[in-house]
Amino acid sequence: MDELTRIFRAESGKLVASLMCFSQDMQLAEDALQDACEQASTHWPVQGIPVNCGAWLHLVAKRKLIDKLRQVNGRNEQQKIALIEQAMYCQPEQVSELDYDVPDERLRLIFTCCHPALNEDAQVALTLKTLCGLTVKEIARAYLTSEVAMGQRVTRAKRKIKTAGISYEVPSHAQISARLASVLKVIYLIYNESYSAYEGQALTRQDLAQEAIRLSRLMVELIPKAEVLGNAALILFHDARRKSRTTSVATYIPLELQDRNLWDMVKIQEASILLNKAMSLRQPGPYQLQAAISALHSTAATWEETDWYQIQLLYLRLLDFNDSAVVVLNLLVAMSYCGELEKAYQELLLLEPKLNDYQPYYAARSDIESRMQLTAAAILSLEKAIKLSKNGSERDFLIRKRAVNLKS
Amino acid sequence: MQYLALIYAGEGEDDVDMETLIGQYRAFEEQAAKVILGGNALEAVSTATSVRVRKGKSELIDGPFAETKEQLGGYYLMECKDLDEALLWAAKIPSARYGTIEVRPIMMIE
Repeated sequence: MDELTRIFRAESGKLVASLMCFSQDMQLAEDALQDACEQASTHWPVQGIPVNCGAWLHLVAKRKLIDKLRQVNGRNEQQKIALIEQAMYCQPEQVSELDYDVPDERLRLIFTCCHPALNEDAQVALTLKTLCGLTVKEIARAYLTSEVAMGQRVTRAKRKIKTAGISYEVPSHAQISARLASVLKVIYLIYNESYSAYEGQALTRQDLAQEAIRLSRLMVELIPKAEVLGNAALILFHDARRKSRTTSVATYIPLELQDRNLWDMVKIQEASILLNKAMSLRQPGPYQLQAAISALHSTAATWEETDWYQIQLLYLRLLDFNDSAVVVLNLLVAMSYCGELEKAYQELLLLEPKLNDYQPYYAARSDIESRMQLTAAAILSLEKAIKLSKNGSERDFLIRKRAVNLKS
Repeated sequence: MQYLALIYAGEGEDDVDMETLIGQYRAFEEQAAKVILGGNALEAVSTATSVRVRKGKSELIDGPFAETKEQLGGYYLMECKDLDEALLWAAKIPSARYGTIEVRPIMMIE
């Protein structure tokens, strides 16, 4: 990533947010910023990057915004003047405040982009575009869709915000937890997308991971509630293991075979601090529980020393928040390492109808069958897992594993 | 902003008897009086007639625009600050607990 792209991305969220308070129109705010960035791209390489580049962009973008407001209301002279005056004199404190509010425009922008009246794909695209300053082309490449389709998705979302009257506000106290869940989900979805690396996509994927981390840290700064801290901790614990998950030739390595020396101790430390702070608030939630599970994996010196008993308890608690078959699967895996291999296997078999298109189910089942010396069954499960795998390096790993099983 | 709340539910699939439901709707209307500009319940979809004009001729269809399990059974026109407020009220419409309320902004034509 070059220096200018880095600056634009870093400043985008802040700038769009502050322009929004003048224009009340996301499209106009973004277009104005886009023009300002284009101007910077021609000026800065010649004149050098200004010391306070954010303020430079803000000033230029405001001028561009005034130009755009003039154009938009060309038909109606009166309205035009009113809007321009508003753009000149409107201050953030003039925008209506709700009973629960943090005086940061960016928070309003985050809640607007992640409004549950928009579908999840639209929330993700809008967040990456508006808050993270990624271009439509970059987002399209990261999500393996065409630039046109992604552009339409973003445009439709912005139009809906404007036309349907989606408020540009931090939700009221009564709605904050549901709305916050929606924001955290978007951040987690962005991270998750980076996690499954497709061939040739490694670079863009890394960008998504970085943006998700940046957003989660931003949320911690803006609204440090327990689940927000838990969300950031979870993402950082995952990301600390990024390097050890693939070899230099991009083959998948499962947790038990990873070189723990490659784990990023600084990130694990940061995540641990966030998690402790979250737990001290005594408002448990699914992100904190998952982060706690991740913490136990991240702090075990070896695979053999993993505290499976605690992990089992945490998954059991997670079921209170999310009673999905995937959580049950994880619980059973933990159980199988707590001396209840046979019982875990019996329950795992009952789970099949719910997870018969889920690759990790058959990978986990094959693993348990191997440990029970059920070699033929283990090979069969592995074959199902291979069929369901959508990821090249993961599939290669499963195929190699099958070869080992066949020999034994 | 003005919003139309369209109440969709399976006919005859109310979770309480008609009298109780009407009572619940009355209570809702009292509670939401400050945002409701108008609204009505509709007769059963079996009473619907659809009309369209093709090549200058009216064509009538005995029935609704679309045969679906959930049918439009009523509506409210509401004046709300924003979508969040409209959705908050829509969720309080009694039929929301077994049917679906579609909330649409009224188009403003200058």
